[in-house]
Amino acid sequence: MTVSQLNQKRPNKRSFSFKTIPWLTLWSIGVYAILFAPVAVIVLFSFNDSQSRFNLIWHGFTLKNWLNPFADPTLAQAFFTSLALALLATCLCILLALPMTMALERFRIRGASALEMLLVLPLTLPEVVLGASLLLLFVQLRLPPGPVALVIAHTLFCLSYTAMALKARLGGHDWTLEEAAADLGAKPSRIFTQITLPRLAPGLLSAGLLSLSISMDDYVVSSITAGSVVTFPLRIAGAFQRQISPQIHVLSTMVLLISLVALVLSCREPEGRTNASTVGTDGD
Amino acid sequence: MKPLRNLRLSRRAIPLLLVAPGVAWLLFFFVLPILQLLLESWSQPTTRFGLESTLSANPQNYNDAISLASPLLLRSIGVAGLATAIGLVIGFPMAWWVVCRGGRWKPLLTGLVVTPFFFSYLVRTIAWTTLLADSGPLMQAIKFLSLGHLLNTIGLLQDGRLLNTTTALVAGLTYNYLPFLVLPIIASLGTIDPILLEAAADLGARTPRIFIKVVFPLALPGIISGGLLTFIPAMGDVVNSQYLGGVNDRMIGNLIADLVLIQQRFSTAAAISMLLLTMIGISLLIYTRKLGPTSPGGN
Repeated sequence: MTVSQLNQKRPNKRSFSFKTIPWLTLWSIGVYAILFAPVAVIVLFSFNDSQSRFNLIWHGFTLKNWLNPFADPTLAQAFFTSLALALLATCLCILLALPMTMALERFRIRGASALEMLLVLPLTLPEVVLGASLLLLFVQLRLPPGPVALVIAHTLFCLSYTAMALKARLGGHDWTLEEAAADLGAKPSRIFTQITLPRLAPGLLSAGLLSLSISMDDYVVSSITAGSVVTFPLRIAGAFQRQISPQIHVLSTMVLLISLVALVLSCREPEGRTNASTVGTDGD
Repeated sequence: MKPLRNLRLSRRAIPLLLVAPGVAWLLFFFVLPILQLLLESWSQPTTRFGLESTLSANPQNYNDAISLASPLLLRSIGVAGLATAIGLVIGFPMAWWVVCRGGRWKPLLTGLVVTPFFFSYLVRTIAWTTLLADSGPLMQAIKFLSLGHLLNTIGLLQDGRLLNTTTALVAGLTYNYLPFLVLPIIASLGTIDPILLEAAADLGARTPRIFIKVVFPLALPGIISGGLLTFIPAMGDVVNSQYLGGVNDRMIGNLIADLVLIQQRFSTAAAISMLLLTMIGISLLIYTRKLGPTSPGGN
């Protein structure tokens, strides 16, 4: 059977059809509705003209929350603390993950599969256990819970995500350009800064944004290792009983927008993949 | 000769040097703490706060852990299992629809499954408290349809409330881990060649039979990995029981957090953590044994 015959058969797929399809469509729309219900609540209530301390009852549309996203000073401070923490942890993550994933993709390393396992393992651990084990280490190191402990903890769990995202990117990376540059006598440092780094920039950006959003979102590990530092989720949790300001909704929506940019960037095809494949076949 | 040898050596050393910092970080801040946790679970606290302890072969911590945690552990397994099962029932038809009817919208539809989960986990859960609250839209609908009494007798509502009940806890867990369940199923359904279904139909199989004999076995790897990705984190979850569950809906994660942060009984917390990790390890082992090297559906 040729390909064209197969393609001709495709429309016949209709001859086999699940009778429940219309029902399935309704079902799926329903599930999507449930998935987006809390998101809708958050985005809607970021425009709420809240009258009480709890932004839970609709009073009317207003833009004032969006115009004053930092009106709640303690919340704003917590937000910027989280942002600084996330940026620091993300930088550390990339510094650790980029060389590691490059080595994994470029060279044959003994124990590569064990290393990949080690990278994934932190993600299988319940967050409480991860936090408890880190706290135990910090206690034994005489390092009190606080900013340093937080940066270490966040770098640890973001590292796995960053490394996975970078590995997926580097999987489609074609190294012939680097090899050509090396043949032409370029030094490794120059190859890295002038060829590898620019080509990896989109991948680095999306991995970094992923790490940022995961760090900004963390509550459980932070609640164990933060000490007196108040991050954004910790502030929200702490204020939950006393006050829910509309700025919580505004700032959360902002974080969502950052994350969506990360999602879109990571969905885009790695640059030069099609070119790379043709170069590769030419080389063979 | 000498520079060449140096070059070779450094060529070999390059990958190791690149890998070293990351590995060192993971060994020091991940492997070492877990080992310490293991040691702590086998040691006797010498001070009231359990910070200084001596090793002992006495399984005292484990006895404490089992008596303290076994009801919560069983409860967590039950609640997480229930959330996984409900998630499957909700998610599988949706995954099937996305794969079959998605067409060129499939990447977008798949992306939409994940999108809500880029919202802060905590804020999302707090939004659910708005939706489930006594004055919230769901309770209003229940009152409007006057289903309150019926749902109360089934046990879905507790004292006519939805928020702070086991129902809300299970619903929250199902919701919060749904993408982890749906995405692997979409991936494994996507690999099924429609020609197989067509062949089965041509050979006279009816829809239910096609589903059981062809679709289900081929989707099984996705179902199992999605199930594990839901079950494992749901079992150790802390946030949902805090915000959505009732007073009696504490889970094992809450107990560990309590023991560490408030009671400061590190060694008991360590022993409970070890029990939890053992269970996770066992389920992962079963997974890799069953589905690691080969995938089922050969027959």
